[in-house]
Amino acid sequence: MSVVRAETVPVRVESDVVVVRQTVRQWATSLGFSLVDQTKLVTAASELARNTVVYGGGGSLTLEALEDGARRGLRLRFADEGPGIPDLALALTDGYTTGGGLGLGLSGARRLSNEFDLDSAPGKGTRVTIARWR
Amino acid sequence: MTSPSQARATIVPAVLERHAAELLDVWTQEQTTAGLTRGAAGDLRARSTEFLRLLQQATAETSGVGDLTAVHGAPFARVREFLGALSRQRAAEGATPSETAMFVFSLKRPLFVLLRREAADADRLADELWVATELVDRLGLLTTEAYQRGREEVIARQQQDMLELSTPVVKLWDGILALPMIGTLDSARTQVVMETLLQRIVETGAEVAIIDITGVPTVDTLTAQHLLKTVTAARLMGADCIISGIRPQIAQTIVHLGVDLADVTTKATLADAFRTALARTMQSVAPARHAR
Ligand SMILES: Nc1ncnc2c1ncn2[C@@H]1O[C@H](COP(=O)(O)OP(=O)(O)OP(=O)(O)O)[C@@H](O)[C@H]1O
Ligand SMILES: [Mg+2]
Repeated sequence: MSVVRAETVPVRVESDVVVVRQTVRQWATSLGFSLVDQTKLVTAASELARNTVVYGGGGSLTLEALEDGARRGLRLRFADEGPGIPDLALALTDGYTTGGGLGLGLSGARRLSNEFDLDSAPGKGTRVTIARWR
Repeated sequence: MTSPSQARATIVPAVLERHAAELLDVWTQEQTTAGLTRGAAGDLRARSTEFLRLLQQATAETSGVGDLTAVHGAPFARVREFLGALSRQRAAEGATPSETAMFVFSLKRPLFVLLRREAADADRLADELWVATELVDRLGLLTTEAYQRGREEVIARQQQDMLELSTPVVKLWDGILALPMIGTLDSARTQVVMETLLQRIVETGAEVAIIDITGVPTVDTLTAQHLLKTVTAARLMGADCIISGIRPQIAQTIVHLGVDLADVTTKATLADAFRTALARTMQSVAPARHAR
């Protein structure tokens, strides 16, 4: 499997979340994802971007276009240097929120993706990586 | 926090009090020369008199240098108020920030002249000039800050107007409102949408409100939460909400997110929602009969 294209965009303020959604939609469209898959990717990205801004104090998103034989995919890596998540399983529980949300962003993003990885610890920031294959 | 140097005495308050009339004359002269005479000349004099009076009162309440230049402190409350009002007014009149700040900065030279005359010796004079500079500079900054705030208020008001413009609540039929949402439902806009809709429900006594999201490209958990809150609030005001325009890809995504819309009536299209609303309000729209 290889990364054929990559780009990093800032995810610092609320208005960046809008830019993230637009950028992810553009990439997903140009990679030939169906409308449903585009919507899933954009929605997952929206969740993770907002978490990066709200809880992570801002960070970045790296988009990667993937190629694996005949398969095409899109990987999104969100990273922040915020406080980190003390209990990963708890954070991934439906309905768990420390910010008065629905508590469905992280778990929802996992369900909307083919691959999901959450790497975080107190004081170590948070990295969430998702991928979807076409 | 008071160091010996901060508590040190200064003659600035005394000079302001004893030479008020002279200072006023020289200062208004200075302002006229600098071309700061926008408005009638009487205005300028009245304004300057008032400011000097407030400044004198403020400095009389301070003790020592540190206190005198602490323009954000309690003694300067009236001075700040005055400068704030003046700067906003100037901003509204279209004056530049530097023109606005010149009102205060032009006080420097006349004040220096007096201090030079009144200071006991060269050492003291240097100290007094330093204090006066600090004081005037900080007051000048206050005007700039107030001017800036004035501008920001204007911009915020314009943004608010735009938010309201972009969320029209329309009356479809007796007792039926519709809210076609278009674009990004960020938190500021959704807040406005929600308030506008609730207000119109009260005004019109509507029984059904249709929220159409055909024009909303992404529904994430935040959007969903806003929608759910709106529906709940409308229900408390006696109106049922119908959410329409949920496209297939959005419906699938909402399910994957795990958002529960079971308690909310949803319809694929605005037309479907309208039909349901008519039934709920016991009304009907029949095709026209042939001409009699
Ligand atoms: N980048 C992050 N840094 C630190 N904590 C995070 C981060 N992302 C998520 N969390 C924690 O995990 C919790 C769950 O996140 P999740 O996105 O599922 O729910 P939420 O953001 O609270 O609500 P919403 O349903 O609106 O997304 C958050 O409340 C927060 O405590
Ligand atoms: Mg979230």
